[in-house]
Amino acid sequence: MKFLKQITEKSWLAPEEDVVADLRSGALVMGTPSAKIGLRVFLTVVLVVFSLFCVAYYIRMELDDWRPLPEPDLLWINTVVILLSSVALQYTRYSVQRSRAGAVNAGLLAAGLLTIGFLVGQYMAWEELRSAGYFAATNPANAFFYLLTAVHGLHLIGGLVVWARTTLKVWNGAEPYQIRLSVELCTTYWHFLALVWLAILWILIST
Amino acid sequence: MAYVAIADRDEHLHDPDTFITKYIWSQDHKVIAIQYGLTAIFVGLVALVLSGLMRLQLGFPDQFSFIDPGAYYQYITMHGMIMVIYLLTALFLGGFGNYLIPLMLGARDMVFPYMNMLSYWVYLLSVIVLMLSFFAPDGPTGAGWTLYPPQAILPGTPGVDMGIVLMLGSLALFIVAFTMGGLNYITTALQARTRGMTLMRMPLSVWGIVMATVLGLLAFPALLVSAIMMLLDRLLGTSFFMPAVVSLGDQLSYEGGSPILFQHLFWFFGHPEVYIVALPAFGIVSDLLSTHARKNIFGYRMMVWAIIAIGGLSFIVWAHHMYVSGMHPYFGFFFATTTLIIAVPTAIKVYNWVLTLWRGNIRLTTPMLFAIGFVFTFINGGLTGLFLGNVTVDLPLSDTYFVVAHFHMVMGVSPILVVFGAIYHWYPKMTGRMMDETLGKMHFWITFIGTYSIYYPMHYLGFLGVPRRYYAMGNAEFMPESANALNAGISVAALIVGVAQLIFLYNAIVSLRKGKPAGGNPWEATTLEWQTPDTPPIHGNWRDNLPVVHRWAYDYSVPGVDQDYIPQNVPHSETHPAHG
Repeated sequence: MKFLKQITEKSWLAPEEDVVADLRSGALVMGTPSAKIGLRVFLTVVLVVFSLFCVAYYIRMELDDWRPLPEPDLLWINTVVILLSSVALQYTRYSVQRSRAGAVNAGLLAAGLLTIGFLVGQYMAWEELRSAGYFAATNPANAFFYLLTAVHGLHLIGGLVVWARTTLKVWNGAEPYQIRLSVELCTTYWHFLALVWLAILWILIST
Repeated sequence: MAYVAIADRDEHLHDPDTFITKYIWSQDHKVIAIQYGLTAIFVGLVALVLSGLMRLQLGFPDQFSFIDPGAYYQYITMHGMIMVIYLLTALFLGGFGNYLIPLMLGARDMVFPYMNMLSYWVYLLSVIVLMLSFFAPDGPTGAGWTLYPPQAILPGTPGVDMGIVLMLGSLALFIVAFTMGGLNYITTALQARTRGMTLMRMPLSVWGIVMATVLGLLAFPALLVSAIMMLLDRLLGTSFFMPAVVSLGDQLSYEGGSPILFQHLFWFFGHPEVYIVALPAFGIVSDLLSTHARKNIFGYRMMVWAIIAIGGLSFIVWAHHMYVSGMHPYFGFFFATTTLIIAVPTAIKVYNWVLTLWRGNIRLTTPMLFAIGFVFTFINGGLTGLFLGNVTVDLPLSDTYFVVAHFHMVMGVSPILVVFGAIYHWYPKMTGRMMDETLGKMHFWITFIGTYSIYYPMHYLGFLGVPRRYYAMGNAEFMPESANALNAGISVAALIVGVAQLIFLYNAIVSLRKGKPAGGNPWEATTLEWQTPDTPPIHGNWRDNLPVVHRWAYDYSVPGVDQDYIPQNVPHSETHPAHG
């Protein structure tokens, strides 16, 4: 454990030679761009948010008035769509690392459209539930359904903002190496949100 | 070695050239820090006035017609929320965190300067939204700072129409702002340390602030989650937290929700929040004590580990705030145990502070007075915490002034003393001028003695059984005449302390122009922020080269060296030429 080794250093002992200072590099994670570290920290925060929603879900579920709602079948199609968007970004990432401009363009576009498709699909699922009389205020199970899907959707919309900025750069003629970091960050974020969606889906259908 | 410090890479560093990009939409961490600080102090003053109004009512009941019970609850709520979140959290992390992290680590700025700027503006927005609730038709919310449902959103509670919505919205904005800032503080501490700045050479201020940020990033989501769910209960009529209630004769449409669930979520945030405020204070006070006692901090490694241990433990003590809500005895036993365990690393820190002072060459400067005042106050407040951590002791005392006295000592007065100490300490670096020592000492003694005359008697009131949260005690049997007299005395002391803060404001403002020029390192300190080539530091902090760190942050009074301090960027060969 590098961290354990670092925090057991006896820093009050003066180094014998100043060269040592060179070897003791400043950064903990050398070579990793700060944006990636920042994203990882952010994803941890998002993970905590979703975990707490889910904890609240399970606690609230134990109370008497909980009546599960029938999940629309549409959710399965949406699941396939969001997984495909994740795959498309992975393909973009693969292409950007090999500087294939055309593939990058196509991959980005596919990922964005699939994501928008997912969001539209989620909205249609909402409409379906609402027309069947499952309102947020009628039962906590319904309320949690809307809440979890909405919070997940909002995170995807935030991702789409970054995606749009990256895509615009490509259209304005950016070379693959200029958008490589953005694509890599988007890919990580999309995979994360796809996993979060799978977890939410599992919780929804298993209860 | 082909090592390039992050801050030295050729990525374009934002370059302010107009007044607006320099001082308003600034991405410079020092300007953002001062913006954060001034905003936090401004809302803090609002909250201070509110506490004065509460003391007027408590000390002299029925003398002031404009304070009705509703207004009193609004004062309580806003005072608590502002002081804990919008003042202390924002000032320690947004203010001192922003100012000190890059300077102490030898970086040119935070790693995400733009997001840092955004963090301040969203924080300002959250403050504005909160302040707007004072002008809402039914005023700010009077739900109590813990915002417990169901009463927080029931008709009859002040501010139920707009106040509570603005409060919850403002909290959500604050959390967004904090998250943006927090990502910066952590990533900067991980990535942008200058050459030679190993983790264990970081000053304890940075350790405290960074660990508090970690706690904040993990704990604020709980507040966000509960705020969102309560907002939905209030606006959409869902029943996450709201049970079936008959209110003012009407059956409301809520049913089945769990107020206890809210309490768990709230305190899962609320307890780490105590340490979000305390850890930066711990860190900063360690540096103040060491610098002004001209001694290395005692047990540096243990201090770091204690910070980490406290951070971890702070997540498993939350239910000690809920003993009176009722819980399984084993559950209570667990939380009582963890609460007592967290006292161990905390006590280690206290011993180390005292041992740092032991035989030190103590300079009783204003920052030092505040630092020592903190150690006293923290011991006082911490010891009553040991009582309250036990279920059986907590139950009778929980709803009395004993608890008010405890938490004001431990997380009100203590951190505020550190805030003042830190301002007196770093003001010369921020402005290039010293604050007036005489006024500073006056400010300290009035504040220190004043707060003790406020909160010591409150412990006694608590033992008498005087309930907290009450607007007026009336002619209750447990209120002897002496208790009423005590209450009046507390109020007088509180008002004096409140007014005495004007000395500080006057000092801070006048010293900007008239203060003694400070020079680069007036306290003869070792840490990097005092070694900047310019004071106040220029944009980018350092000139052409970043400093290189050769030693830990506490080389004070090293045997065999003439000068009683060795800055971190002085190589070994300069101080011990013989062994070069």
